[in-house]
Amino acid sequence: MKQKRLGRQTVVFDAPPRIVAGATIVGDMEGAGPLGGYFDLILEDDTWGEDTWEKAERKMFEQAVRRALERCAMQPAEIDLLLGGDLLNQIITANFAARELAIPFLGLYGACSTMAESLLLGSMLIDGGYAGHVACAATSHFSTAERQYRFPLEMGGQTTPTAQRTVTGAGSSLLVEAGYAGGAQFRHIFVTGGTIGRVVDLGITDANNMGAAMAPAAADTLAAHLREQSRAVSDYDMIVTGDLGSFGSEMFNELCRDKGIDLSDRHRDCGNMIFDPAQKVDCGGSGCGCSAVTLNAFLLRRMEEGDFTRMLFMATGALMSPTAGMQGDSIPGIAHAVVIERR
Amino acid sequence: MGGKRQKTAQEQRYQQRVNEKMPRSKTVSQCARAFIAGGLICCIGQAVRVFGETTLHLDAEGVAALTAIVMVFLGATLTGLGVYDKIGTWAGAGSIVPITGFANSIVSPAMEFKREGLILGTAAKMFTIAGPVLVYGIGASVIVGLIACLLAK
Repeated sequence: MKQKRLGRQTVVFDAPPRIVAGATIVGDMEGAGPLGGYFDLILEDDTWGEDTWEKAERKMFEQAVRRALERCAMQPAEIDLLLGGDLLNQIITANFAARELAIPFLGLYGACSTMAESLLLGSMLIDGGYAGHVACAATSHFSTAERQYRFPLEMGGQTTPTAQRTVTGAGSSLLVEAGYAGGAQFRHIFVTGGTIGRVVDLGITDANNMGAAMAPAAADTLAAHLREQSRAVSDYDMIVTGDLGSFGSEMFNELCRDKGIDLSDRHRDCGNMIFDPAQKVDCGGSGCGCSAVTLNAFLLRRMEEGDFTRMLFMATGALMSPTAGMQGDSIPGIAHAVVIERR
Repeated sequence: MGGKRQKTAQEQRYQQRVNEKMPRSKTVSQCARAFIAGGLICCIGQAVRVFGETTLHLDAEGVAALTAIVMVFLGATLTGLGVYDKIGTWAGAGSIVPITGFANSIVSPAMEFKREGLILGTAAKMFTIAGPVLVYGIGASVIVGLIACLLAK
């Protein structure tokens, strides 16, 4: 029965689905970062003319999906399925945006791993024959995340050196079945497989150190992927993690070394790429939007242009809850991996 | 961990490694900044006090009330103008500990949750940060008051 599955966590596709378009919308600080030139739209005002940040975030989600479809001259009615999520309670961003888009919708919560989760599920559904066109999206917004998880914005205080800044950004990808012949922004990008992450928790309780909380999950997923695919790090041009940040990346590298995996210089982290250290973001960027916009704006474009041919995109999520945190619980992490190849 | 589950050796090892390697706060420079900023705020408070005593000729109680009113007003106004959080980023405890920081901790959630309405937003959330200080501050003052009362007899 399970002929498309390798081992316990990994899936491979018979007819690898394509990513034909991506779209991104970010806030001004992300726009001022090193990837600024790659984003489709940079918002000067983080409320985008709406009266609340939450409404602005859902507008970003909706518009990111619409822009990706426009690149292929498609209408929402031609999309079989929308997969996506965000960081807010009851994933209100995705739910309300899906109301406007009216595409059959499955809402996801994987914290900051959502972009990889949606791509993995979307590809599985396409290869399984359950959908032909799938839109995947994830968003986060600095101001909505701060008020839900931390303190009011105008409250004067300092961040700890391990803290990361939530990215204001919405990223979407359009996945299509292998036989697709319509318009496309990307002509060479395929999702060939992936590894479903397990929830891993080594007992980190510091909500200001999410990189350390997520690093064990990333190492676990990478080890499972390489083992089950019988591949080595050198089979990939790049191992991209979502938002481990600088300290989380350091721990990830160490944990991999413990498992006998040498990442050498192939590891990149979206949280380290999206901001410049001079932007005073402590350990880097975080949030669903961090990996979503870095992938869709930068990585896929570089790959389409032939800069590299195979990457493991591994978005990492800290499954943190303020309630559980106050009750003394630790922060479980998860990481899902998607193999993206240029063919 | 809630203290209920035993840590595994792997968890212990990892947590120890994280604690050893994680970047630290720059305590010395942060203390210096807190000293400068906190001291400056207190100097402004003292100036208000002197003004109350010498120019307005207020009594001890009046001067205390004037100083508190002016400093809370300043803290709240700077919060409303979006300046206090920037001061706080630089000053840390230096701008949190004085009474202006107390005003900031009440005004900032009140502003933030205005969009959820004046009752369930602003009013309900206003004391989410300052609330514990008030509860234990007032609680402690009652206990101290009772002890003082008993000792005075």
